[in-house]
Parts: sequence; structure tokens; C-alpha cells
Amino acid sequence: MKFNSVFDIIGPVMIGPSSSHTAGAARIGKAARNLFGEEPTWARIYLYESFAKTYKGHGTDFALVGGLLGFETDDTRMSKALEIAKEKNMKVEFIEDSSAVDHPNTARLVIGNDQDEIELIGISIGGGKVEITELNGFALRLSGNHPAILIMHNDRFGAIASVTKILAKHEVNIGHMEVNRKDVGKEALMVIEVDQNVDDRVLHELDNAEHIIQISKIVS
Amino acid sequence: MFRNVAELVEQAEKENILISEVMIRQEMDVTEKTRKAVYTEMEKNLNVMEQAIEDSLKGVESVTGLTGGDAVLIQKYMKEKTPLSGNLMMDAVSKAMGTNEVNAAMGTICATPTAGSAGCVPGTLFAVKNQLNPTRDQMIRYLFTSGAFGFVVANNAFISGAAGGCQAEVGSAGAMASAAIVEMAGGTPQQSAEAFAMTLKNMLGLVCDPVAGLVEVPCVKRNAGGSSLAIVSADMALAGVTSRIPCDEVIGAMYRIGKTMPSTLRETGEGGLADTPTGRLLKEKIFGMSV
Repeated sequence: MKFNSVFDIIGPVMIGPSSSHTAGAARIGKAARNLFGEEPTWARIYLYESFAKTYKGHGTDFALVGGLLGFETDDTRMSKALEIAKEKNMKVEFIEDSSAVDHPNTARLVIGNDQDEIELIGISIGGGKVEITELNGFALRLSGNHPAILIMHNDRFGAIASVTKILAKHEVNIGHMEVNRKDVGKEALMVIEVDQNVDDRVLHELDNAEHIIQISKIVS
Repeated sequence: MFRNVAELVEQAEKENILISEVMIRQEMDVTEKTRKAVYTEMEKNLNVMEQAIEDSLKGVESVTGLTGGDAVLIQKYMKEKTPLSGNLMMDAVSKAMGTNEVNAAMGTICATPTAGSAGCVPGTLFAVKNQLNPTRDQMIRYLFTSGAFGFVVANNAFISGAAGGCQAEVGSAGAMASAAIVEMAGGTPQQSAEAFAMTLKNMLGLVCDPVAGLVEVPCVKRNAGGSSLAIVSADMALAGVTSRIPCDEVIGAMYRIGKTMPSTLRETGEGGLADTPTGRLLKEKIFGMSV
């Protein structure tokens, strides 16, 4: 079931005008910021279908940027997010893309700084609820409802076991897990939804485990 | 966990509890939170709804100037004249519209289930409250009952205009409100389901055609439609009227209708009222002044 909680329906408390185009957009932006691990210095944002047609009226543009700035859906600075980003020298570009997509409210975000960048696709499925469906070319399904760890690793035997062993040692319970790879023996992505936020000590230990390339987390 | 309205009603009847209680118990179970925590979270939402209505009755205006002030007009009319549809009805309408006026003015609201349809549930609640005199506890329960039905729609169909048209937004919101009114008025869980079905049936096929793509025209007034229909259906259900098509099948019909709706009528601002001469003119004016 896509919606698990009554507060997906009665909620969120938010700044208007649209739950999917404003609140949902802010949550996609916030998820992107979390996945990047820090505030990006630039963002290239591609908008599709309903997002592309109506983003100015709905404030989808400032909401996405508000999310990148770390704002929650009810942050009263939301409508000023574009100005705030400018003051912070965050370079933001919006592109209306007419390519076909699976969901009418789709955004593709490429964000980064001088050293790194990530690319992800987020969809806003209604009432402010969102899903991240792609990260750096890997298909995934991340609700953002639960804390999660995302681990980019080499597709080798033992990589998954080394991660789950560390989580077990620290008594972290796994709620949902999926693994995707681009090709045999190349890079792969583990997405692990957990029941509680994972402490940095555990992440550090995971980072040093065998075959691990990069780790990011989503805090709930 | 209930998957559809039939299971929701069955659980309530089997354990002889209210729909709101089924929802509260499920929420505690899924999120592993205490009853108090779940209640407190919902009370925060209730407070936001109450504040939004208060704000609207002081008068608000959106950035574009397209919406705002109608809630105040209706309240004034109620004081000076006798509304043909009755004070309770017009009170609900004005509070539902007011909530959406605040939303259009980029104020703080609680999405129920979405922002564009956020007026129906609180609008009806703060109107029927004057007649039914509920406790604060019952007002919080009103939101859980609404949420229980919305939960079924969100998981079996959709609640966003972009996915399923306005029938999925104001249709769902008005129907959720109907079910909650019935429970607050002392009706049975099955009567809540009948009221929900009757409201949604009358909203089937409603398209999402916002002028200039903004959640203003016709969204604010559609909340007037949703909230008034909610009260009518609740009264019908309380009178013993039933829906010939069961509630879950109505939700299924809404889903299939939404699936066949062209994208011009699903929140792209390209069809329907958005594509009228005046709708197009307004769009030009608004984006000329760079909102």
C-alpha cells in the first residue's frame, strides 16, 4: 500500500497552494538535499507534464528550491526560497522537459557543488506524498517516510553480507531492502529502510566495509 | 489493516467501535506510537485548520487577486439575511471557501487530503459543530474518520488532480467529510459509508481545470460544492437512504474514470475552464505581471 498513515491523508500542515505541486515538491527537494549530504551550490531541475505546465502558478519552483535549502513543508520562508537561494549564491536553473514520463508530477534534479553531483527523479503522488524513483541512474522506490541508508557499492559477492553484518551488530532492524545494479560486476545500489535513524558511527563503519563506494542517509 | 471500505465497516461493526477508533488503532499499530502521540499529532492539524478559518474570516486576497474575500461576504450575508439553504449550510460553505482562500494566498493550511481540496473537511466540521456541540475529542475523531475513508481512496484510486481529476480531490474530500459528519451525528459506520458513496457519486467525472494552472479558479468554489454536498449526503444517509452502488465500487468507478481522463483535464491548466476565453485572458494577465 502506497499510503500507510492517516497523516498522509490528514496532513501535511503546509504553505499553500498545492499539496502535490508545492508541499510534495518541497519534500522532493529536501530528499535530494539529504541524499547529497549537504546544501548543493547549484541545481538543474527538469520538470515534466503537470509540473512543467503549472510550476509557476503552484510555486513548484520555489518549493523545490526550498527543499534544497532544507525547508519543511510549513516553513513560512517557502515563497521566498528563490530569493534566499540567490542570496546564498545557489545557482538554480529550471528546464521544462516534454519527454514522456510515467507519472504526471515528475521532477528530475541534478544537484551538486564543485566536487560532486547527484541526479535523481522524484514523483509527487498526491496529498504531499512523494517517492524517489531513480538515483544516479538506478531505479529505486524510496518513500522518504522512513529513515534509510543508501549504499553505492561494487557488485561483488559478500558486499551485502558485510553491510547487514554491521547493521546486525548495532541492532539496527531492516524494514525494507532492495539492491539494483547497472550491469554484472559494476556499480550497484543498496537501499535499506530502517526503523530508526542510524547514527554516524554506524555509517562510518559501513563506509569502511569492503566494496563500499559511497554512503548517504535519509533522516525521517 | 483495512484495504477497502467494506473491511473498514466490518472491523468497526465486529468490535462495536467507531470508524475513527479503527483508524486510531491502525495508526498506533503501524507507527508504533501511543494513543496520546497520535491524538496530539491530529490535534495540531485541527488547530491549523481552526486558525486558517479564523484568518480567512478576517479577509485574505491571493497574490493574483483572483480569489479572496468570498468567505467574508457569505458571513455578512448570513448576519443580514436568512440564507435559503440555511445558516449551517452557508457557514460550512464559507469556511470551506475561506480555508482555500488562505491556501491560494499561500497561507498555512492542513492538506485534507490535498491543499486544493483542504476546505471541505474543516469547513463542514466547524459548521456542524455549532449544531452538534461536539467535545474537542469528538472533533479530533472527525479527522480520523475522514482520514480512514481518504486512506482507502488514496490506496485504491488517487487523491490528486494531476492523477485523477478534481473528482479525486474535492470528490474525495467532500465524501470524507460526509462520512465524518455521519459519525459525529451519531450514525452507524455503514451510514458513514453510504454518505461517502453518495457524495462521491455526485462528483464522478469532475475534471481538474485550474485557470492559469493556479489553485484558485475554480478550486475555491469547488470546495463550496464539496462541503455542501457532504452535508446533503450525510443527511440522506442519516435518514436511511442507501447507495445502490456499494461504496468500494464507487471508488473503483472514480479510478477508472480518472484513468481515461485526458491530461488536458488533469491539472495541466490546458482544458475546461482554463481554456475558456476568460480563462486564457486571465492567464495572460497574470503571467504578464510575473507572479
